[in-house]
Amino acid sequence: MPRGSPKAPPIRVLIAKPGLDGHDRGAKVVARALRDAGMEVIYAGLRQTPEAIVESAIEEDVDLIGLSILSGAHMVLFPRVLKLLKQREAADVPVFAGGIIPDEDAKRLRRAGVKAIFGPGASLTEIVETARSIARHRA
Amino acid sequence: MSRAPSLPPAARAVLDHDRRSLARLISQVENRDRRVEPVLRALYPHTGHARVIGIAGPLGVGKSSLVNALLRHLRGMGQKVGVIAIDPSSPFSGGSVLGDRIRIDREAGDDGVFFRSMASRGYAGGIASATREVARLLDAYGMDLVLVETVGSGQVDVEIRRVASTSVVVLVPHLGDEVQSLKAGLFEIADVFCVNKSDLPGADGAARYLADMASLSPEEGGRWRPPVVTTSAIGPQGIPELWEAVLSHERFLDSDGRRADGERDRVRAEIGDLVRERFDRRLEATLAEDPKLRALVDEVLRRRIDPHAAADRVFTEIARRA
Repeated sequence: MPRGSPKAPPIRVLIAKPGLDGHDRGAKVVARALRDAGMEVIYAGLRQTPEAIVESAIEEDVDLIGLSILSGAHMVLFPRVLKLLKQREAADVPVFAGGIIPDEDAKRLRRAGVKAIFGPGASLTEIVETARSIARHRA
Repeated sequence: MSRAPSLPPAARAVLDHDRRSLARLISQVENRDRRVEPVLRALYPHTGHARVIGIAGPLGVGKSSLVNALLRHLRGMGQKVGVIAIDPSSPFSGGSVLGDRIRIDREAGDDGVFFRSMASRGYAGGIASATREVARLLDAYGMDLVLVETVGSGQVDVEIRRVASTSVVVLVPHLGDEVQSLKAGLFEIADVFCVNKSDLPGADGAARYLADMASLSPEEGGRWRPPVVTTSAIGPQGIPELWEAVLSHERFLDSDGRRADGERDRVRAEIGDLVRERFDRRLEATLAEDPKLRALVDEVLRRRIDPHAAADRVFTEIARRA
């Protein structure tokens, strides 16, 4: 924590929807909950390419990336984001995900490096607490 | 020996176009992390190239979309552009949703743009000082222009003048009579007026009204009369005209030494801000640590001395330590 600052700086989170589905209500609800928990949420919105998501994460220097997906393309898009993060030497930025993701896929995605995955039944409290615990800690 | 080896690594990284280092330094500036100070100092000689242009105006007038349209226009001309987009922090949770990125569509992998969202963070320590330092980092990184999109309300929007050489005030037709109420604040900071959403009815009327208002200010003494441009950011329409209006103000600044005068004022204000910041830190430390102060508070509570006398003693103490 920096000296001369009364409290720790807020956690910065990027919330984005990779791919083509057009439903961002869930992502907005999560963004709002994270905001109310005192985080700075960079809302990148709909139809983001993995490249754009990683670029945003780097420019915004976020501590965490939340991806929301309902289209079923998660097995393509999430690993692509992780790979690009690695390529850009930003693999220290953790990724969590939410959406319609079958258990079998969720297991594989966790193994690939997605830190947490939330389905439709997840509570906002649970999401906020997880986000806080997995967010990157600044030197 | 070249001066390069003496640069702190983080400063060298910015000059070498390392985006992640730039992004980290911006965070440190925002967090008022004092470790960034030597880096900013080392980079200062490498700044002074970029022009800072403010985009101010009320909530919902289309500032982000306008920034997007300007970005495309400027990239088309080969200009390298940094963007600082400021959104409000919640006074309750301290959190914020920074949503300006959703308006931006840009070429993948375009190194000539750096877009950064910033939360106002309750203006603690002055949003102006953080914005100024971030703009300077973007300048050192090699940007030709830095667009600063303000938060969309009151005081901060006026503060843009302390950072930008040209301020565009964006309005929309429907504001109608309310434009009057803007006179005291926003109206005064405009170097260029932009009536956005020109596809809405009433745009021409609003533009005429603003031009009339602007014409009331005296033209003698070579004073600048803000031009009025109508745009549709989504169209897009009027964007080259808007940029031409910005450039005409920049050219005006370049005549008769006006730019130097403006910069002199800004530097003076910045030095004042930095001294105040140091003083505040010293004061906080004194108030937090000094056991004598506890006794002082007790004396005030017992009505032995008054708060002004106590303040005099604290001030003398701090000045002595400085």
